[in-house]
Amino acid sequence: MMRLQDILSPFYVWKRAFEKPFSIAVLSAPRPGSPTYRGFHQNDIDKCIGCGTCAEICQNVSIDMVPVKEAQDGDSGLRPRIDYGRCCWCALCVDICPTGSLTMSNAYTWVEEGLDRDVRETYCYTPGADPQPWDDEALGYRKPEGYELLHLERVPMPHLAPGERLNSFVEMVKGYSHELAVQEADRCIQCGICTATCPAHMNIPAYIKAIREDKIAEGLKILYETNPLPGVCGRICTRRCEDVCALSHRGEAISIRWLKRYLTDCASAEDYKALLESEIKPLDRKIAIIGAGPGGLSAAYYLAGMGYAVEIFEQNAAAGGMLRYGIPEYRLPYTKLDQDVAQIAALGVKFNYNACIGRDLSFDDLYNRFDAVFVSVGMFEPYRIGIPGDDNAKVISGLQLLSDVTNGVPVDLGRRVVVVGGGNVAMDAARTAKRLGCEVTVLYRRREVDMPADVEEIEEAREESVNFIFQAIPLEIKTADDGSLSFDWGKAEMVQQKPGERPQPILIEGSRENIAADTIIAAIGQGVNYLWMDGEASAKIELKKFRVQADRWGRTADTKIFIGGDMFNPTADAITAIADGHRSARAIDKMLNPPREN
Amino acid sequence: MENLYPPIVDGKSVYDLDSQKYLKMWQGPQHPGVTGNMSLELDISGDQVVKCKAHVGYLHRGFEKLMERRRYINCFPIVCRICVPEPDTNEYLFAAAMEDLLGLDIPERAKWLRTLNLELSRLASFVMWLGGQSGAFGMGTVAQWCLAHRDYVLDLFEEWTGARIYHMYMTPGGVRGGLPEGWDAHAEKVLDGIYKLLDEIRHVMFNNAIFKQRAKGLGVITPDMFDRFGIVGPNVRGSGSTRDIRKDTPYLIYDQLDFEAVTEQGGDVYARAKVRWREVYQSIDLIRQILKNMPRKGPLHITLPNVLHLKVPAGETYVRAESTRGEYGYYMVSDGSEYPRKVTVRGPSYTHAMALLEHLAVGVNTADVAGLMVSLHTYPPEIER
Ligand SMILES: Cc1cc2nc3c(=O)[nH]c(=O)nc-3n(C[C@H](O)[C@H](O)[C@H](O)COP(=O)(O)OP(=O)(O)OC[C@H]3O[C@@H](n4cnc5c(N)ncnc54)[C@H](O)[C@@H]3O)c2cc1C
Ligand code: SF4
Ligand code: SF4
Repeated sequence: MMRLQDILSPFYVWKRAFEKPFSIAVLSAPRPGSPTYRGFHQNDIDKCIGCGTCAEICQNVSIDMVPVKEAQDGDSGLRPRIDYGRCCWCALCVDICPTGSLTMSNAYTWVEEGLDRDVRETYCYTPGADPQPWDDEALGYRKPEGYELLHLERVPMPHLAPGERLNSFVEMVKGYSHELAVQEADRCIQCGICTATCPAHMNIPAYIKAIREDKIAEGLKILYETNPLPGVCGRICTRRCEDVCALSHRGEAISIRWLKRYLTDCASAEDYKALLESEIKPLDRKIAIIGAGPGGLSAAYYLAGMGYAVEIFEQNAAAGGMLRYGIPEYRLPYTKLDQDVAQIAALGVKFNYNACIGRDLSFDDLYNRFDAVFVSVGMFEPYRIGIPGDDNAKVISGLQLLSDVTNGVPVDLGRRVVVVGGGNVAMDAARTAKRLGCEVTVLYRRREVDMPADVEEIEEAREESVNFIFQAIPLEIKTADDGSLSFDWGKAEMVQQKPGERPQPILIEGSRENIAADTIIAAIGQGVNYLWMDGEASAKIELKKFRVQADRWGRTADTKIFIGGDMFNPTADAITAIADGHRSARAIDKMLNPPREN
Repeated sequence: MENLYPPIVDGKSVYDLDSQKYLKMWQGPQHPGVTGNMSLELDISGDQVVKCKAHVGYLHRGFEKLMERRRYINCFPIVCRICVPEPDTNEYLFAAAMEDLLGLDIPERAKWLRTLNLELSRLASFVMWLGGQSGAFGMGTVAQWCLAHRDYVLDLFEEWTGARIYHMYMTPGGVRGGLPEGWDAHAEKVLDGIYKLLDEIRHVMFNNAIFKQRAKGLGVITPDMFDRFGIVGPNVRGSGSTRDIRKDTPYLIYDQLDFEAVTEQGGDVYARAKVRWREVYQSIDLIRQILKNMPRKGPLHITLPNVLHLKVPAGETYVRAESTRGEYGYYMVSDGSEYPRKVTVRGPSYTHAMALLEHLAVGVNTADVAGLMVSLHTYPPEIER
């Protein structure tokens, strides 16, 4: 039924004719995007590490990683370049950026003048590197607080409780279960920043992926490509990879070391055997290796794998070097070391134990009998404290204590032990003394933050009730009336002597304190022993500041002699020794260039 | 009219083209009278449609297939594009399906914000539709008002989510952020404007003799058609049914809101328009309720495992929500890997724009086909995904 009102009502529209129009006649000024608008990207180029996670998550493949800077540890030097012909402004790249360097401005207009650019370059730029008007724009999209696309917390590693630990030398880290390992492996973004930093350039993302996919045998194979001591490194590696892990910027680094350990722990005997299956064609070349530490073992593994006849000469009765005679068993069980060594021996490497070069055998003999010699004798000459009284028989070195424990030599340290030093040897000595039932105090010249020891180890030592005295300079050791030691030390202040350099501990005038001890353990570093450099063959080798000179392949002035490990590299850890061994193995192969049938 | 229909032989209509009584006319795929890129192949006799065949496929982008090759997180920016005027239902359902398979419960505050987002999105979609419906009957002025007001809603979205159309706000596990300061006041202003707009529309559209004349009795949906054609949303509520997912199987926090399903009795174009117009009032009311009762503090997102390797446990699920067109559903199948095995999107427009429209168009005047089509509120992009 039609009403009159229905005829008139539509004329209501005329009312609008007298009102302000909705539309704007002329766009007088650009309308800014809202304060959180998802506009053109900005990138803090110095904060960005070139991990490429932004490119990984971009489902439009809008991001290319392009070289912008020199690569360095923890920074690939690449930076994201964004193609706005593809970008859909989802900002997932911003959300996932592990450093938080990537943001978005609220700018959304960009006029490209002329067509002189390659069309593929049009509307493309590298934020932070190619200047844009919106570079400093404070408004725009930022990842909101509390919202994460990454899992930033580590899966905690189960440990023995501190009380339990002190009763024995049983390994304190229990290891990840399958479930925990996969959880931890899932956190990895596979950027590979770690690989570049690892001295051995282990393919970390690949073996973590193998864990995620539960392909243990494959993971083990990946480990052995660059590291023939994975069981060891999975426990004691200095893990510089973790220092640069992309996740460490806003969260906790992936437990790379523990994941490596997980692989070796759950690999079966068959998995290990499978690694030996590929046929090795023997070569008519012999290599001698001095020292069965990680450097020597690594060189031996890769050379034997290439077909060389390899013989190792080791002064001790077992292989491992500092891994066995230095690192205590609660951190690295001998059985694990033995397993890794057995795998190397299975390749046909011949081990000559109790064979000290320079004492039992001459270097000249090796030099003449073998086609090349690789030397990795480490550093085992402990430095002395260098104060009056440090020649007391109750002042021993950390290495002495540790090797005695390894060898099963009974040690009597008394009740009170003072350890001098702040490195890993000091921590190992202190915690070993703790396990022998002593009260232990560590004396260190600088502050806690300056300690070269691993933070984790310092923390664990604390848990085990090791005492610490920082900024303490040893002054004198005397014998007290009761036959025990009286150790004088003075308080130091930290003085910045040159700008940019680390502050030096300087003794405060007149400060003198005393601590009583039954044994003092010096753990302030060690030097190289040159017993092996006897005879004529080694005469060509150059020494500078007591160190053997070699090129980056470890090749000395005599091209038949290569060196590696602690005696050569400044980082002095197992993985660098392993990398040195692998690198020299390749260099030796290149030098000898033996005939091979394909 | 009866004699205009072509004779039926073996269940198919047969044309005697030589009779010169019939003409084929295409409406679409590019045509101001279609609701998006699809086309209607109309067989007409005189001014009347004797047969209608709906053709789709012009907007096929292969989203469902694309998703099988993408990590879950990478599907998140894709799904909103399935429906342009009301993308958020897709965001919500994709996230909800994933969360269901993962067995996750999102924080309370995120639930309220998702509901707010969905209602605001319904509001924008309805307002735009009102413009479309009036435009289809020649009332372009109303269409312009409506588009202007929809833009004000988009301003609100921009301020809140950082984007106007594709908000990409409901990430799996929660939402991307809270409401910015001052947003409530802006929202109130926009709602107020729309409230007034609705009254203007009442004058100009619902009380308009021409609209009444053309819309009443056009495209009548009767109860026997409900299940036969799978009719949902305002299309079914315009014929007296109370079907509304928000009431029938409440999701998010709809059960904490005070509202009733809006129904009208006529079943025709006019009744459906009335339902939608009233649902705009309802949306305004719901948004106000949400803003009043919503928790303002608390987490917005749960901690997910690294999304780059997020695996969803094997299984399947169907989740649904009430979009402006009715039941919108996501059927998700996971084989336990990092990629969805299958995601099927059930857009309500599929049945409405095809089977139902083909049925309702018969006998309609060609000039009213556009109005009829819009009255079913169909969005071709959700038909094809
Ligand atoms: C207490 C302690 C804890 C440590 N903790 C860690 C740790 O947690 N993580 C880490 O990465 N690194 C650690 N290190 C360092 C690591 O052990 C060394 O960097 C690594 O063992 C060096 O390997 P290398 O092959 O150079 O030498 P070494 O391991 O020192 O091996 C050298 C080998 O050569 C043999 N040798 C020496 N001279 C002769 C000779 N004339 N004839 C025959 N054989 C000879 C020695 O007996 C020894 O077996 C630690 C070291 C110590 C002392
Ligand atoms: S994710 Fe962030 S840190 Fe990594 S490359 Fe991209 S912008 Fe740089
Ligand atoms: S905003 Fe989205 S589409 Fe654009 S570059 Fe970032 S991840 Fe890619």
